[in-house]
Amino acid sequence: MLCAICKQREARIHLTQIVGDKIQKVDLCEQCAKAKGVMDSTSYALADLLLGMESSAEPQTEPPKRRTNEPTCSRCGMTISDFKKIGRLGCPACYDTFREPISTMLRTMHRGLRHVGKVPKSIRSTKDLTEQIKQLQAQLKKAVEDENFELAAVLRDQIKELNARLNSILPSQSNQ
Amino acid sequence: MSITDQLLPIHESARRLSPGADGIIFSSRVRLARNLKHHPFPGWAKKTDRIKVLETLFPIVQSLPQISEAVAEKMDALTPLEKQVLVERHLISREHAAKTAGSGIVLKKDETICVMINEEDHLRMQVLLPGFSVHEAWRIMDELDSALEERVEYAFQEELGYLTACPTNVGTGIRVSVMMHLPGLVLSEQMNPVIQAANKLGMTVRGLYGEGTDALGNLFQVSNQSTLGDSETTIIERLEKITRQILEAEQNARAMLLDKHRRMVYNHIGRAYGILSNSYAISSKEAMNLISLLRLGVDLGLFPGLEKGLLLELFTLVQPAHLQLWHGKKLAGEVRDAVRADLIRSKLRGIAFPDPPCPEANC
Repeated sequence: MLCAICKQREARIHLTQIVGDKIQKVDLCEQCAKAKGVMDSTSYALADLLLGMESSAEPQTEPPKRRTNEPTCSRCGMTISDFKKIGRLGCPACYDTFREPISTMLRTMHRGLRHVGKVPKSIRSTKDLTEQIKQLQAQLKKAVEDENFELAAVLRDQIKELNARLNSILPSQSNQ
Repeated sequence: MSITDQLLPIHESARRLSPGADGIIFSSRVRLARNLKHHPFPGWAKKTDRIKVLETLFPIVQSLPQISEAVAEKMDALTPLEKQVLVERHLISREHAAKTAGSGIVLKKDETICVMINEEDHLRMQVLLPGFSVHEAWRIMDELDSALEERVEYAFQEELGYLTACPTNVGTGIRVSVMMHLPGLVLSEQMNPVIQAANKLGMTVRGLYGEGTDALGNLFQVSNQSTLGDSETTIIERLEKITRQILEAEQNARAMLLDKHRRMVYNHIGRAYGILSNSYAISSKEAMNLISLLRLGVDLGLFPGLEKGLLLELFTLVQPAHLQLWHGKKLAGEVRDAVRADLIRSKLRGIAFPDPPCPEANC
């Protein structure tokens, strides 16, 4: 079988793509396949090739302009229709932006809806610290009400120290 | 220096995927998907963002004590052949091989750990071990991940866990898989029901190179689908249990084939041996499928002179990029088929098929 493009060399790359209920087939030689950038079957659309369009290796990078007032991620500019088209989210904040549609999807994909596995140590310790601070603040409030100012002073210092520790964890973790 | 000069020699690399006593589970893998909190995911990020993330992560990952003697390269510095070698060694995905500027890899010299930077997620880290060792793979991965989380801030939410570009990976971000050699199930035409049963139990069964690939050489990857709602250990234990069931099904299929269809089995193996040791041009696909049958013959004790390690080496060597690496220069398709056939003939020289008895014509 000869190559569909140059019609000279033996076709060694045989591509089949099924879109909906249509099957498209094309047979290419190695040189033409390489020239068309189709050596990697995941990075091109056969339709583009058949229509003579070069497939672009770079993914779409510009956040598209907002055409409508559909839900849009304020951090990365991804719209809900972008997400539906691509199937990938734009940034971590998209999980908040598209909370509802994502939660519907997760129901069909996973065994649960809540994470129960590993938690980063920094989150574990900030959680612990926040919890401790809350408890101390309650104790402090009670101490003040009881006019136990000696205890209140001790508690105030402890809270101050824990807050400092909490702050030291958070910004040092930032790599923005 | 080319990255391929820094990798393990072919025969050592091939033996990374050697099964234990069962002879069927070739390797175990744990992969984690992780992302940085303040950056867009690679597929949506601008090139400058991707480069920034790579510049941040590249030195951090290389300096991890868990990846001593790191081999690191940016994807735009690799030739297509080098990338394909990495794919054939299961070190990077085919998707990652298609990446250019703004993506990179860091791997441990013994090829047990490989970190892809800016694949679909900022970090895709894998631990690949020989045989059935999913727990050990997770132990190593957990340690690596814990070391990394002290140096970068992951995108993490209490409710949804580790946030990933695709919602299919959110939660633990873990994909555990085993690579199994299942010629018995294929020959006895039981593979489809096994795949369907595994799917019902939340596992995916795929070909040699993952998503959308053929089951070349009767090699299959079994992996978990769900990443949210169970702990890593639960996911690993479930996969372990299903792997054991598939292993048992394969062993039963082999016993049944020998009992009821011995002639058919010997016919397949004998022909595979005949073609491999006498061909002068052979495609990688045909070669891998026949090597698989030869391997089955070795498992059944038919080739006492044939070392198992040699077949593992051949599984890797006959693939296009490794063949060219072994040959030392780039080869066109037709030439590859010839070089491949010559290589296999020379490796099998002196190995005889012992003509095992199969007396009854209707056995």
